[in-house]
Amino acid sequence: MFWEPEKECLAREDLEQLQLERLQSTLYRVGTHVPFYRKKFDQLKFNYDKIRSLDDLRRLPFTEKQDLRDNYPYGLFAVPLRDVVRVHSSSGTSGSATVVGYTRNDIKTWSNLVARVITAAGVTKNDVIQIAFGYGLFTGGFGLHYGAELIGASVIPISAGNTKRQIQIMQDFKTTALVCTPSYALILADTMMEMGINRNGLSLRYGLFGGEPWSEAMRQEIHQKLGILATDNYGLSEVMGPGVSGECQECNGLHINEDHFLLEILDPVTLEPVAPGEIGELVITTLTKEAFPMIRYRTRDLTRFIPEPCPCGRTLKRMQRVMGRSDDMLIIKGVNVFPIQIEKVLFEVEGTEPHYQIIVERDNHADKITVLVEVMESIFFDEMKKQRMMVDHIKNRLASELGVGVDVKLVEEKSLERSMGKAKRVIDRRKL
Amino acid sequence: MAHVPGAEGACAMLKIRNLDAGYGKLRVLKNISLHVDDGEIVTMIGANGAGKTTLLHTIIGLIKPSKGEIGFQGKSCSQSSVGKIVASGCALVPEGRQVFAPMSVEENLLLGGYVLQRQRGKAAVLKELEHQYELFPILRERRRQLAGTLSGGEQQMLAMGRALMSRPRLVMMDEPSTGLAPLIVKDIFRIILRLREEGNTVLLIEQNAKAALGIADRGYVLEVGKVIVQGPAADLLGNADVQRAYLGREKIE
Repeated sequence: MFWEPEKECLAREDLEQLQLERLQSTLYRVGTHVPFYRKKFDQLKFNYDKIRSLDDLRRLPFTEKQDLRDNYPYGLFAVPLRDVVRVHSSSGTSGSATVVGYTRNDIKTWSNLVARVITAAGVTKNDVIQIAFGYGLFTGGFGLHYGAELIGASVIPISAGNTKRQIQIMQDFKTTALVCTPSYALILADTMMEMGINRNGLSLRYGLFGGEPWSEAMRQEIHQKLGILATDNYGLSEVMGPGVSGECQECNGLHINEDHFLLEILDPVTLEPVAPGEIGELVITTLTKEAFPMIRYRTRDLTRFIPEPCPCGRTLKRMQRVMGRSDDMLIIKGVNVFPIQIEKVLFEVEGTEPHYQIIVERDNHADKITVLVEVMESIFFDEMKKQRMMVDHIKNRLASELGVGVDVKLVEEKSLERSMGKAKRVIDRRKL
Repeated sequence: MAHVPGAEGACAMLKIRNLDAGYGKLRVLKNISLHVDDGEIVTMIGANGAGKTTLLHTIIGLIKPSKGEIGFQGKSCSQSSVGKIVASGCALVPEGRQVFAPMSVEENLLLGGYVLQRQRGKAAVLKELEHQYELFPILRERRRQLAGTLSGGEQQMLAMGRALMSRPRLVMMDEPSTGLAPLIVKDIFRIILRLREEGNTVLLIEQNAKAALGIADRGYVLEVGKVIVQGPAADLLGNADVQRAYLGREKIE
């Protein structure tokens, strides 16, 4: 199913022409309207005529999260405030908050791109969609809301939190599609089980998840526990919010809305493009944003392009689900460790729950990782020997996956802190 | 595999990349990129001196570009002569009509058909002439009259009919509404819409931004030789910059 087939299946040659046209005028607009970029371009003695192909984008400097903070609140807006109809702000989980703005056209584009993502995931106007993303300054709730409304689905704007009520409404309102973070989907599933609710009695068929990195194993877990087709979608408030990319029903990578965003994947250290299909940091340039254009924004999200064409027929290139943050990357005894690798192993081990925490400490000047894993109660009641075997098994698996040894501790079910939104998995206690 | 509309292949009829053109040392068009897809009405709006006419003259081959590429139906034509470009299916309705005043309406139209006559012979030209008379009934009434004696609106129709006589794939119109009464402008725009219905592709240059965006699929805004914004016509109508500069929507408060 397509929302805008003529755009989602555009021939590569036509797409690149469109991208170049939009890139050229976006650069001209930011260079004349945004003092921050004007100054940067002047310093570089940047000549707009030098942008003659999409690769020429690499001549331009990056925009960092810090630039957004330094220009707080309205410094990076490309239109006067009277043309702005909406302001959102990023949560500021790590550092101070940042502000982004939207014109009327931006909201229209946003709705349209989210409608593409929702449609690709299988949701139609006949669905009842429960949006358990936070509404408010966070872009997640409103973004999905607009897209769902545009395709004509019945929207339940329940917002985040209040798990029992979410389940009650899911039952009573016959929700068919759920929107939330993947970790919250599992909390919902567990709570349902506690309440003795059989998932087969629900009308739920689709789940659209985003807002935090998750793994293929977690998708399987959600699928098993809720019996739904779980798709991933991606976006960040700095470039728009949800709607940057989303999975189709093939569940094998997120189609990027390339006619509106130009994505690069770069080596986080050298900042040069990685080889096709290699993992690197995602850098995004907006092509159609009016109020808040971004040039080469460093997302710090790690992913890779999937170069092969998708059987669904979309010609929009795919990216793999975000595999972590380049600044979450832990350097343990000189080895690069991504939390997502640990998660992947844990999901493959029988008897563990999808809740874990990674503690990083410095012990006698040496880095040490301890992974706390929740295990099913049955194992705790069983003999010690079985537990020890499990710990050894996980340790071995992790050591071979990461290339560095880690400690593993089993903890009781539900002893780790649960989060309603983005789960905090890594606790770094190292004092550097 | 699902049926995928639009994925059959590239469908741009006109494709321009990084075009630079001007007069002598004067650089008028600066790194212009744009495209027109088959069956679209695309409009280019902009103030006087933005480079709109220069762009059309460069596409048709009257001005040689100093840089960049122009592709028409997949073939490069940036170095071709005007005659070749017109023969390949691209026609221009010039600004200020430029009809041949001392000749009759029918003679003007037949002149427009010279390419067709060479390619397909006299019968095709006469058939095309009949088609123009259907499209512009007033021209049939005035067929024996000298073109110079027609009213402004009639001259505009004659200029359009003359361009269409070559059965072009792409019709480019340079400010067809200039100097015409509002009612006549409406007629002209109605005819442009009809041209699209008949399968023509139109690149329309206009100062009357509101009217042009009203009928176009997409638009480009040109400012001192650069494209500053482009997109679906509805989006441009809603763009605050465009409203202020071209639609007279800005109120002084």
